Formats: sequence, structure tokens, C-alpha cells
Amino acid sequence: MIRTDSLTKFYGRRCAVKDLTVSIAEHEIVGFLGLNGAGKTTTLRMLAGLLAPSSGRIEINGRDVAADSAEHRWQIGFLPERPPLYDDMTVRGFLDFAARLRGYDDAAVDRRVDEVTELCALGEYKDEVIANLSHGYRQRVGIGQAVIHEPALVILDEPISGLDPVQIVEMRSLIRNLKERHTVLLSSHNLPEIGQTCDRLLVIQGGELVMTGSEADLAVGEGGRFRVEVSGSKADVDAAFEKITKGGLLDEVRVEGEGPFHCVVRIKQGEPEELSRALVEAGLGLRRMQPAAAELESLFMKLTKGGEA
Amino acid sequence: MSARKPSAVSGITLIVKRELGQYATTWIGYVIMAALLLVCGLLYNAFALGSSPKYSADVLSDYFFFTSGCTIVVGLLLSMRLVAEERDRGTLPLLATSYLSDGQLVVAKFLSAFSALSVWLVFTLYMPAMIFINGKVSVGHIFAGYLGLLLLGAVSVSIGLFGSSLVKSQFAAFVIGAVITVVFLLLWMTSRVVDGALGDFISYLALHDKHFRPFMDGTVTTSAVVFYLSLTFFFLTLSRNALEGRRWRP
Repeated sequence: MIRTDSLTKFYGRRCAVKDLTVSIAEHEIVGFLGLNGAGKTTTLRMLAGLLAPSSGRIEINGRDVAADSAEHRWQIGFLPERPPLYDDMTVRGFLDFAARLRGYDDAAVDRRVDEVTELCALGEYKDEVIANLSHGYRQRVGIGQAVIHEPALVILDEPISGLDPVQIVEMRSLIRNLKERHTVLLSSHNLPEIGQTCDRLLVIQGGELVMTGSEADLAVGEGGRFRVEVSGSKADVDAAFEKITKGGLLDEVRVEGEGPFHCVVRIKQGEPEELSRALVEAGLGLRRMQPAAAELESLFMKLTKGGEA
Repeated sequence: MSARKPSAVSGITLIVKRELGQYATTWIGYVIMAALLLVCGLLYNAFALGSSPKYSADVLSDYFFFTSGCTIVVGLLLSMRLVAEERDRGTLPLLATSYLSDGQLVVAKFLSAFSALSVWLVFTLYMPAMIFINGKVSVGHIFAGYLGLLLLGAVSVSIGLFGSSLVKSQFAAFVIGAVITVVFLLLWMTSRVVDGALGDFISYLALHDKHFRPFMDGTVTTSAVVFYLSLTFFFLTLSRNALEGRRWRP
């Protein structure tokens, strides 16, 4: 649905984005992950039509956006790192303005503003002046203006940055809800922040794509560890992991706790799905399985700095 | 997608309304207008009316002379915020991702400041009205003078808008606009030291000297109208190019 082909951007002699070729499927939530200065914002601004590429193509639904930039604007909703809000307006007044600016007529504006207010959980604050809103609610209004015209692709630049833990959970939920009607591309320099939100991650470093895949894929691809929570007797747990290890799926197992058991394992070869299947077949209750946070952090450091994890 | 594609006019009108609301709801708009009205009134009283007897037509011509200077300053002050403020507050992407083209955004911004300037000019009407009531001047003279002020105001707003489209700081935008305006005002002096066709050309480009004097005296000349409209169009085009140019910058 969205495809970039050898997308490149130079600022003077400095190459900010180099030969970036990615494809994003419809209704996918994709996270752009990289350190500050990795080229995330430049890429997002090119996709949003705010920055012209030095070379390369961007296609949305098979159409080159350079050939039809006006149509492109209808297909994209963009939330920059700093939400583009008029502080003197109320939330409702601003969304009304944004809706009209994106082409809604009188008859449709109220309906659409009500929908977006509900989607972004802004009902309680709809008559509040934007200047009085917290950072989290400003981000929500920013997302509201990005989706008000029902674009195919919603681009969110660091939407989770600066939010407190409660706001992060709420923002994740909001972004997941966007998936029903939009394809979502968001950026972050913090892996744990977006790892749980996105279907797929694109890791970018020095303007180049260094890895792509889900959080689990990334961990497995690098021989990563998983944190597994299982229930059952101690004997059954030990026996199950011994069998799976002998089968060659795991090469490292550490069991902690006394039911439910918290285990850290390393997949030697194969997919995380195979591990979950093997655990269930062994009669254990699989309560949770996720990439180990410490492992992901070291993996991210390795990918983005080119050093050893 | 259920959003329809409306006409550019409705989008431009939307932005003009928003901008005029900004002028009306913030103190800065009132301060600018009140301060320049005061200056204009003082100049009218001190120099246009003066202490020695004058024909009322001369009083009116002098009034237009001094008011033209105030109009230029008002135009620059009203336009300095148009794009610079959007850039500074980070709201430019909201406009840049709307269905309006950069050229239409420039037109919307121009019309908003020009409308505010026109309102300011309405508040100055009491001065020529006093001359009209107490002296002997024609309505045509007043009409011609105000047409000149509107055209000159359009140029100063377009220059101010160009300055505003280059930078983030409103003050810097004003300085850029003021420098460009002063250069165009002083071209008549330059033309005096340059001979031949080049001198004539430079003289033609002077903002005030040859082109505004006919309006002051109650005469509307096609060449002056074309000059002011062309200069306005020129700076609006530069503003649009400056906005488009941001796509090539970080």
C-alpha cells in the first residue's frame, strides 16, 4: 500500500536518509525506531509531503506522490513531534477548523468532530482551551487533527515521547484503535515504548534501514532471550524445558519463582510460536511470553550503534 | 474517504476568518492600529493642517502623503506575524497538509492582513471627512487618495509577508520587510545619480515618488495601478516560493 523506493535525502553534503526502501501493508502499525538524528523525522516529513526527497520515490496505493501531490495530501494525516495546535482555540473549535481545512462542509463537520472527539477520548475536554491542556491531551488533539479527514496513512512523529506511564498506556490504546481505519506509521527512539504498540518495527541508523520485523522477530533474529511465565508443578516445568532443550529449540533456560514460574530462555533456532506450542503440548499453562526487556535494549544498542550487545 | 474537495475560496475564507479573529482577539492588533492612528492624527494636525493658510486640496494632498508612510508601517506590522508565527508555534504543518496549495495559503495570509489594513484605513476616514466638510475638496480626490493608500498598503503587506515567510522571528521578519521597503522608497534618490535608461528604470521602481504623487493629487493613473499591483504580485510570488522552498530545508 505504501512503498518507498531508494528514498534519499541530502542536507547539503550530509546524507540524512540513504536508499530507504520499505513497504507497509494496509492497516499495519509500523514503528520507526532509531536514535536521535538517525533520520526518522526526515523520513516521516518526506512521507507527509513536507520535505522533498533528493532522490527516490514514494508510492501510496501504487501512485507516485510526486506526480499528484494534491491527492497525496488527502491520503496523509501527520502529527509532527510538536503538535500543530492553536493554543487560543478550544479543542472543539480547533478540530472544527482542522476538519474544514481538510475539506469538510458544514453538514459533515459536526459529525466528524464528534467522532474524532470520541476516538481520542477528548469529550471531557472538548470545550477546554488548548493552552490549558496537559501534554498527553495536547498529543490527543494532535492525533485528532491528523485523522480528522480519514486519511489512509497516519504518520505520528514521537507520539509517546514525554508522556507519563498512564498516558503511555492510554496512547498505546488510542494508536491501536487507529488501526481499524488507518495504516499507522510512528517513530520513537525508545524501543520499549513502541515495541508493544507496533506490528512491525523498522530500525534505522545513520539514515539506513538496518533491520525490520516484529519485536519478537528482532529478538529471535539476534538469538534473543524471552521471558516466559508458566504454571504447573516444578517437576513438570523442569521436565518440559529439558525435553525442549534436548529437541534443539532452546540452548539456555533459567527458571525462577515457585509457581507461576518465571523463566528466561534463549531460542537457539526456530520461531517463538514453536516454543509456545511445545510448552502447551507438555501440559504447562502458558501465561505470558515476551522478549526479555534487557535483551531488547541491548539488541537496540547493537543495531543502532553497530557495537556488541 | 468522505471528505469532499471544496473550492479554494472556502479554504482561503476559512484562514482569513481565523487570522482576522487573531487580530481582533489579541491586544497587539489593537495596539498597532491605535498607535499608528495616533501618529497619523498627529502628523495630520502638525503638518497637513499646519499653521499657515492652505487650500483644502493641498491639505488633503499633504494628508495622503503622511498617511502613506503610516500605511506602509501598518502593513509591515500586520504582516510580520503571518507565516513567522506559524513557523515559531509549529503550526505550519497543519496548513501545509491542508488541501490548499502554497500559493493559496499565501493569498489567504495576504488577504487577512490586507483586510485588517483596510479596516485601519476606514478609521482614518474622519480626517479627510473633516477637510471635506470644512473645505472644498471633491469626493473623487478622496477616493483617488484612498485607492493609492490601498495599493501602497497591498505592496507593504506583500513585502512584509515575504519577510515573514523567510524566518521564524516576527521581529526579524519586520526588519527584512522594512529594509526591502526602505530600499524601494529610496530608489528615487539612486535614480538621480544614474544616467540613461537604467536611471529611468530605477526611478520607475521607486515605491512612492512618481507613482503615489498622482493619487495624492486626486489622479488615478493606469501605470501607477499596474505598478503597485505588479509589485504586490511579485512579492506574493516570492512568498510562495519561500514557502515551497521549505520543502528543501531541514
